[in-house]
Amino acid sequence: MATTAAARSVALAEARPPGAGGGRPPGEPRRVAYLYILPAYLVFVLFLLIPLGRAVVLSLYDWNGLTVAEWVGLDNYREVVADEGLRAAFGHAAVLIVFYAVLPVLVALALVATMTRARLRGLGFYRTVLFVPQVVAMVVVAVAWRQIYAPDGPLNQVLRAVGLDGLARAWLGDFTFALPAVGFVGTWVQMGLCIVLFLAGVSKIPRELYEAARLDGAGPVREFFTVVLPALRNEISVALTLTVVAALRNFDLVYVTTRGGPGTSTTVPSYEVYRRAFEIGEVGSAAAVAVTLTAMIFVLTFGITRIAERGSA
Amino acid sequence: MNRLPHRTALAAGLLAILAAAACAPGDDEEATGDQTPEPTSDIQTDPSQMGDVTLVVWDQEVRGGQAEQIETLNAQFQEMYPNITIERVSRSFDDLMATLQLALTGDDAPDVVQANNSRSSMGAFVEAELIIPLDEYADAYGWDERFPESVRAVASYSADGVTFGEGSLYGVAQQGEMVGVFYNKAKLAELGIEVPQTWEEFLAALETAKQAGELPLPFGNVDQWPGIHVYGAVMNRDVPPDAVRDLGFGRAGADWTSPDNLAAAQEISGFVEAGYFTDGFNGAGYDPVWADFGNGTGVFLIAGTWLLADLDAALGDDLGFMLPPPREGEPPVATGATSLPFAVTSANEHPDAAAAYIDFITNADAMTIVAENGLVPSVDAGGQSAQSTAQEEVFAAWATVTSQDGLVPYLDWATPTFYDTIAAALQEMLGGQITPEEYLQRLQDDYSAFVGG
Repeated sequence: MATTAAARSVALAEARPPGAGGGRPPGEPRRVAYLYILPAYLVFVLFLLIPLGRAVVLSLYDWNGLTVAEWVGLDNYREVVADEGLRAAFGHAAVLIVFYAVLPVLVALALVATMTRARLRGLGFYRTVLFVPQVVAMVVVAVAWRQIYAPDGPLNQVLRAVGLDGLARAWLGDFTFALPAVGFVGTWVQMGLCIVLFLAGVSKIPRELYEAARLDGAGPVREFFTVVLPALRNEISVALTLTVVAALRNFDLVYVTTRGGPGTSTTVPSYEVYRRAFEIGEVGSAAAVAVTLTAMIFVLTFGITRIAERGSA
Repeated sequence: MNRLPHRTALAAGLLAILAAAACAPGDDEEATGDQTPEPTSDIQTDPSQMGDVTLVVWDQEVRGGQAEQIETLNAQFQEMYPNITIERVSRSFDDLMATLQLALTGDDAPDVVQANNSRSSMGAFVEAELIIPLDEYADAYGWDERFPESVRAVASYSADGVTFGEGSLYGVAQQGEMVGVFYNKAKLAELGIEVPQTWEEFLAALETAKQAGELPLPFGNVDQWPGIHVYGAVMNRDVPPDAVRDLGFGRAGADWTSPDNLAAAQEISGFVEAGYFTDGFNGAGYDPVWADFGNGTGVFLIAGTWLLADLDAALGDDLGFMLPPPREGEPPVATGATSLPFAVTSANEHPDAAAAYIDFITNADAMTIVAENGLVPSVDAGGQSAQSTAQEEVFAAWATVTSQDGLVPYLDWATPTFYDTIAAALQEMLGGQITPEEYLQRLQDDYSAFVGG
């Protein structure tokens, strides 16, 4: 039924000369478009929207996962806001955003800007090596870094070998340095992604732009801000989106390296979701944390893309 | 303008989903409680009289000796009672933890399951009436005589699942486990120390080892839970076992801020100051530390008997095991429990057969098979022949501590949130971030909020 109607409207559109009055201008969306997106939309609804809706519903109940749940309205959300430990966890997530997103983007920008001024032999090789951390499973990365950070692990051995004994410490057991130590692993993982994205972006910049800038007397810094940075706007937006999401949903790294310790100095919201749902049987509360986290990720990524779009307009 | 239909479609979709999902979670089940088959007053204990029965059994006996003993026992059971078919579903512990809850609430629930003792597993299943009390079977099979009280306590709950450690029996287990002290005999000989018989001698031995430049107590606590076990070994010297049980089972009437608890917290802080533990223990892993102990680093290792097989393989005749030595004149007390107890589900239609199976895999003959596979039998451990001296020492220690009712529960069982509370607070106290008083107050806050004190 819908198909025949759609076919007719297509036929009608073709029968009219393009741009002739009355009908829609060419290129305007038509209802038939919904048919095209239907398969993907169904999958989206089935595996994303329904579970999300279910999580929202769960977050309004006090439920241990087994017995009949009790409706508590927004109480779980009030608890999320009031819970000091949870606020600390969101604070840790903010620190992790610096390590996961801000640092890798800044360092990658600096590296890429340098690379544009010098021809580098074996670029493909370096690109692959830098991208490897992205390909390796996070659990493997975490296990490896746990050993690197061990009290008698390679990092401390190196520090002691060069006479920096004072800096050697049990990194993951140190109340000040555990969070930065975990965060640095994120920097290491995300850096490759940023560099590869930015290198791709830079390769699209026509050489004439650099030449023009140099003819106008721009130095390396000026060149970076007037040529490279504006051209990379979209890549930066993509890199920030991906890395911020990675920082906020960080679970495996913390689970394997510190389990939130020492004390509670590396707790993160995703770990709280897991703990509440599977360890202490507070499914409703876990869902509330998860929904809050989802909303936060949505707002942040939406903001990032908005800023990038507005800048380019 | 053209964005509007787009948005309404999305909104309509969301609404539909919310409406579809908007029924209280958990009530779409047929109320499972009503279906609980009441064990008939005259319990049939002869499996050959039960007709053709199929029992679906979920266990987590998947590693080495564990798998062998359960396979042997299942085969023997079926040979003896051909009318009963055992359908075994074996899963790793983590896998079992993740799937058991769904399986029990599903349409095709298993008949016999291994359920973790903790409040969040067994306690929740009791509350939801997914597993049945076994008291009548305990009477019929004499489990009360076979299993010492402190062993039965770790699988006992009140009918509402709130009180842990007493009430009805919900499961029985095949193997025992406890936190004791492994030691390196060669190191002791080198240092000229006798095996400590009392806590005082143990403390002296730690000091001697430290002075001699050895690592007295290897300890890796980045994983957070090992600290709870080490702390328990110290706490059990200072706090009477009844108080430890009330605290560990989360029952009213005890007090974390009592002077003897303070003494324990200060004593373990003293260990840190004296440098008895691994340097940087809060950042050291549990596995590397015991592996190093197996390679000859460290004199004493406070750890669970689950390390026995691995340490035996590494140290051989140099490995020794003892209960944490009690103070002069005090009875032996150790933190411990059983392997996961076997419980009978309420979905099961043949509770008699299920109970008969559980009895079969925990009777005296079964215990011999458990011991033969290098595991600690939950009862009759003393009489079993062991394959190594350390194993013999573990068996003897288990027999001693259970026969004198000296087994106390894991401290993190106390309340649903207690694991996180004590794990974090202990790391902070041992790391010098908070005082023993602040540490105990954190524990007391969690405990009293739960027991309503």
